Amino acid sequence: MAKALQHQDGGTAGAEGTGMTTPGEAQSTALDLDRVIHERMRLGIVSALAVNAHLSFNDLKKLLKTTDGNLSVHARKLEEAGYITCEKFFEGRVPKTEFRLTPPGRRALEDYLDHMEAIIHATREA
Amino acid sequence: MSEPQPARPRLLPPPALHLRAMDNLRFIRETMEGAAYFTGVSGIGEMAVGVTALGAAYVASQQSTPAAWLLVWLVEAVIALGVTTAAIVWKARRFEIDLLSRPGRQFALGLFPPLIAGALLTPVLLRAGLFDALPGVWLLLYGTGVVTGGAFSVRTVPVMGLAFMGVGAAALIAPAPWSDGLMAAGFGGLHLLFGAVITWRHGG
Repeated sequence: MAKALQHQDGGTAGAEGTGMTTPGEAQSTALDLDRVIHERMRLGIVSALAVNAHLSFNDLKKLLKTTDGNLSVHARKLEEAGYITCEKFFEGRVPKTEFRLTPPGRRALEDYLDHMEAIIHATREA
Repeated sequence: MSEPQPARPRLLPPPALHLRAMDNLRFIRETMEGAAYFTGVSGIGEMAVGVTALGAAYVASQQSTPAAWLLVWLVEAVIALGVTTAAIVWKARRFEIDLLSRPGRQFALGLFPPLIAGALLTPVLLRAGLFDALPGVWLLLYGTGVVTGGAFSVRTVPVMGLAFMGVGAAALIAPAPWSDGLMAAGFGGLHLLFGAVITWRHGG
C-alpha cells in the first residue's frame, strides 16, 4: 500500500507512522493520481496490454469498442509518457500497428491499482 | 417582495471517492478478462488438433464400413476436445485468466450449442440413411460454433470459423468420395493453418 501512496517526489502520504490513510488523506492522495492512465480509455489500453504481450491497433479498437481517432489520440499520450511502445510495419502490403506495454507502463498500472485499493481501504477503516 | 432569482442549476454531489475507486478496479478487471480471452484460444492446441485430425482422416479413409469410419471420427472428436481444453487451460493459467469469468462463459455459450446440435443430428442423419451428409454437417456446425464463440476473440478465430463453414458447404454438395479429403482439409488443414497464425500473432 505504501507504494500506492508514494508522491512523485518519492515521499509518502498517509497517517504518520501507521502507513494508513485517513479519508481526508485519501481525498488528497486522489490528487496525486497518475493522470496519464486515470482516463478511462488509456486505463483500458494499459489494462488490455497488461495481459497480452502485444495487441494490434485493430484488436485494441475492437476490444475497447472505440473509434480510430479516439484510440490514436490516447495511444499517443501513453506513448509520449513512455508507458507503451508503438511499432509500425507492413504485413505483405497491409500496414500494421502494434502496441506493447513497457516496464514503466506496467509499474504505473500497478501503482494505480495500489492507489485505488488504498482509497477503498482508507474508507473502510473510517 | 424580492426579485425572482434566475434558476441555478442544482449541483449533484460527486460520487464518493471510494465508489469511484471500486468502479475503476472493476473496469480494470473486466478489461483484463476481456483482453485475456480475446487471445485465449491456443494456437498450439489448434495445431495439435490439426495433426490428430489428419491422422484420423487417414485412418478413416482406410475403413471399409461406415460404422468403423464413424467410430474413428468419434474417437478423434473426444481426443480433439481433450487437447483443445487442455491447451486453453494451459494458456489461461499462463496468463492467469479465470476460465469461468464472463468472457469465458460468453465463449462457451457461443461455441457449444452448434456442437451439441451436431451431436444430436448425427444419429438422426444415420437413421435417415444420410451418412454422406455427416462430414458437411459436422464441418458446417463446427464452423458456426467457432464463429459465434469467437465473436469476441481476435479476428483470426471467427475467420477460421467461416473457413470451416465454407469447407462444410463444399462437403455438402461435393461427391461422397471427396468426404475424407474435405474432412482432412477442414479439421486437419484449417486447424494447422489458423493454429500457426494464432501462435505467431498472439503467442501460444
